[in-house]
Amino acid sequence: MDFSLKTYLNKTTDAAPLAVFRIGFGIMMCYGMIRYWLKGWIETVYIQPKFHFKYYGFEWVNTLGNYTYLLFLICGVSALFVAVGYKYRWAIITFFISFTYIELMDKTTYLNHYYFISILSFLMIFLPANKYFSVDTYRSKVSYNTIPKWTIDGIKLLLGIVYFYAGLAKINSDWLLKAQPLKIWLRSKYDLPLIGETIMQQDWFHYAMSWSGMLYDLLIPFFLLYKRTRFVAFIMVIFFHVFTRILFPIGMFPFVMIVSALIFFDAPFHHKIINKFKSLTGFISAKAKPINYKSTYKVRFSKVILPILGVFFVLQLVLPFRYLLYPGELFWTEEGYRLSWRVMLMEKMGNTTFKIKDEEGHMFLVNNADFLTPLQEKQMSFQPDFILEYAHYLGDHFTKQGHKGVQVYTKSYVALNGRLSQLFIDESVNLYQEKESFKHKHWILPFTDEIKGL
Amino acid sequence: MKKLVYIFTLMLVVVACTESDDTGSGTSNSDDYNRVAMQTNLADNIIIPRLQDLKSSLETLTTVGTTFTAAPDQTSLDNLRAAFVSAYKDWQLVEPFNIGQAEVMLYGFQMNVYPTTTEDIEANIANGTYDLSAVGNNDAVGFPAVDYMLHGIAATDADILIKYADANYKTYLTDLIAQMNSLTQTVLSDWTGNYRDVFVNSTENTVSSAVNKFINDYIFYFEKGLRANKFGIPAGVFSSGPLADKAEAIFNGTISRDLAIIALDNVQNIFNGQATNASATGEGFYKYLVALDRTDLATLINTRIDDARQKIQVLNADLKTQVETDNTKMTEAYDALQLVVVSFKVDMLQAFNVSVDYVDADGD
Repeated sequence: MDFSLKTYLNKTTDAAPLAVFRIGFGIMMCYGMIRYWLKGWIETVYIQPKFHFKYYGFEWVNTLGNYTYLLFLICGVSALFVAVGYKYRWAIITFFISFTYIELMDKTTYLNHYYFISILSFLMIFLPANKYFSVDTYRSKVSYNTIPKWTIDGIKLLLGIVYFYAGLAKINSDWLLKAQPLKIWLRSKYDLPLIGETIMQQDWFHYAMSWSGMLYDLLIPFFLLYKRTRFVAFIMVIFFHVFTRILFPIGMFPFVMIVSALIFFDAPFHHKIINKFKSLTGFISAKAKPINYKSTYKVRFSKVILPILGVFFVLQLVLPFRYLLYPGELFWTEEGYRLSWRVMLMEKMGNTTFKIKDEEGHMFLVNNADFLTPLQEKQMSFQPDFILEYAHYLGDHFTKQGHKGVQVYTKSYVALNGRLSQLFIDESVNLYQEKESFKHKHWILPFTDEIKGL
Repeated sequence: MKKLVYIFTLMLVVVACTESDDTGSGTSNSDDYNRVAMQTNLADNIIIPRLQDLKSSLETLTTVGTTFTAAPDQTSLDNLRAAFVSAYKDWQLVEPFNIGQAEVMLYGFQMNVYPTTTEDIEANIANGTYDLSAVGNNDAVGFPAVDYMLHGIAATDADILIKYADANYKTYLTDLIAQMNSLTQTVLSDWTGNYRDVFVNSTENTVSSAVNKFINDYIFYFEKGLRANKFGIPAGVFSSGPLADKAEAIFNGTISRDLAIIALDNVQNIFNGQATNASATGEGFYKYLVALDRTDLATLINTRIDDARQKIQVLNADLKTQVETDNTKMTEAYDALQLVVVSFKVDMLQAFNVSVDYVDADGD
């Protein structure tokens, strides 16, 4: 076993796919930063709010006020450096840190694909993505035609995990037996030309979409791996992601996945892409000194790097199952919901109001809009960890205002996947006394229905 | 490779065309639920007729007001007060429609901001010059200001009549009523002019479509205009203690409960697509929910509105008095209304899956 692992780790492969991946990733991330900026979201998400929801353990990640723009600039520029392969290692480290920092500033905007980008850029720190067709090779005059096979396989594995786990999460009774939440979402797309008033309203279509979505996620990594099915699989990748992009406001995610999936193609395909690039930039290389092409690039410090990546992937495989450690319905409590590729599984909305009491008997309700942006209020209303964090913020706020012995109670109603809303949080619990932890939150009222499945 | 380039290009084109999805003209729908029919019913049988009712009662108010200012006496004052109450009731049926020209002009803010600031009114009267449409005068115009002018400027009717010997008082009252008339005329003309067709045909599921804006406005009105303004704020649910003076029509002192019941009936009628309390259920949110297989929710909303009405019916005719005598009953009414808010904001919005107007971000 140890021997076969060693042979595997010594296997090499063409360096072109990783170089193309690097370029695609860098360009998309740079565009993503520009897009975020132009949409004005830096302002509305990170600068305007008075209060930011933090990930447990990352409360120290502060927002930077107007310097947030600088952070986005750094992130965007480093992505560009990654794309062209200029000072790659520093660029990808800078990108990973700045991007992850941005995401950690406020969990209101948590998206699985942001998490994906964070961990993917972490993985890329350890990969020799600049050893072929990059500014770095142009400057050092040394390039490598082949790289260890595991470096490309690492990216494939990560992509495979994302799809496969997203598929596993769809094996539940709401998704497969009730076609929820797709039924709600698809029917509301009545204004699409041609299909909006016809198939979008059909029951069979909601089920067909649910089941094929589940099968697509589970199977697509394997179809992409096998040469015979690869081209068809890639067409499916494009179709699936473009279709979901039309239906749902999912931003950059479809393109990230489509471009990423190119890595499954064989090297000749990537050489064609690189030749295209070369013919576009021919005027530069014509003047340049020839690059010395060597055969295999050996990853330095692989004795350290490989164990790190080993732990990284084990964590990726295990983390999505941490929900098993919690009692109650995962979709309801959301304990162990994030970082698990649970995508598009819930149509969940809530209405959560807070009552402040003090020891002098004053009692009043809070107008959430006084403290939260509409987006924050929407997210807070159905996620217990948000509710607790906000309760503490309110408690601190009114204590500072001079109230003595502040208690914070909440009345929260939440509706999940088209069920009637029901009480979500125990009204009699003073949330100001409750502490955030990885333990189960006993003050979440039990879900009155049952959702079977993974 | 070439194929892939084509596919890629096609994909980019498709996405480029869908990136900005907030435009596009209205199209008629022929799916399970006919939103054009719903909008048509709203516009033709509910919104426009209610605006016409208000307009005619405001015209009556003008006539009676002219009689009063010409010769202020007890009879003409009583007549004017009766016309005021009748117009105020008609206003309740119009307040939810903060869309189109009403939204542009901030119609609601010029018609019914309460509590009115009596100092501002007195200052305007003393100065004799004022711009009633100025934002700073929102709390010195509209029904609450007229309420003050007819009931609040002095302790007794005799003293009120004495005040009207002053021409400035007459002018201010006349100007207030004229302003309400002209605003209402502008809103109504826009509806009967071009906005009705815009409203009826703008049924896409986008942030700016009339159907979605109306749903959002309707819920916002219920939460803010009805639940918070009429009950929550005076009952002190958002403050450390009750604020009885923030109730509606406090100078009249006998109609605020009825205004609230009329407003609640109106909310329910809009929900059920009924033109008036007596007419049959028409196209509206109720039928829309039923078409989406959510009869459970449609029924529950009516039940919760009925429950809330019962809690309101037991209150004193004057909600200010109710707050001062037994505020618990007020907060009970508030709680019952809050349950309706939950049904609207959580369940109904989820069922309609309306593009909400305030959340702009990616999802996943």
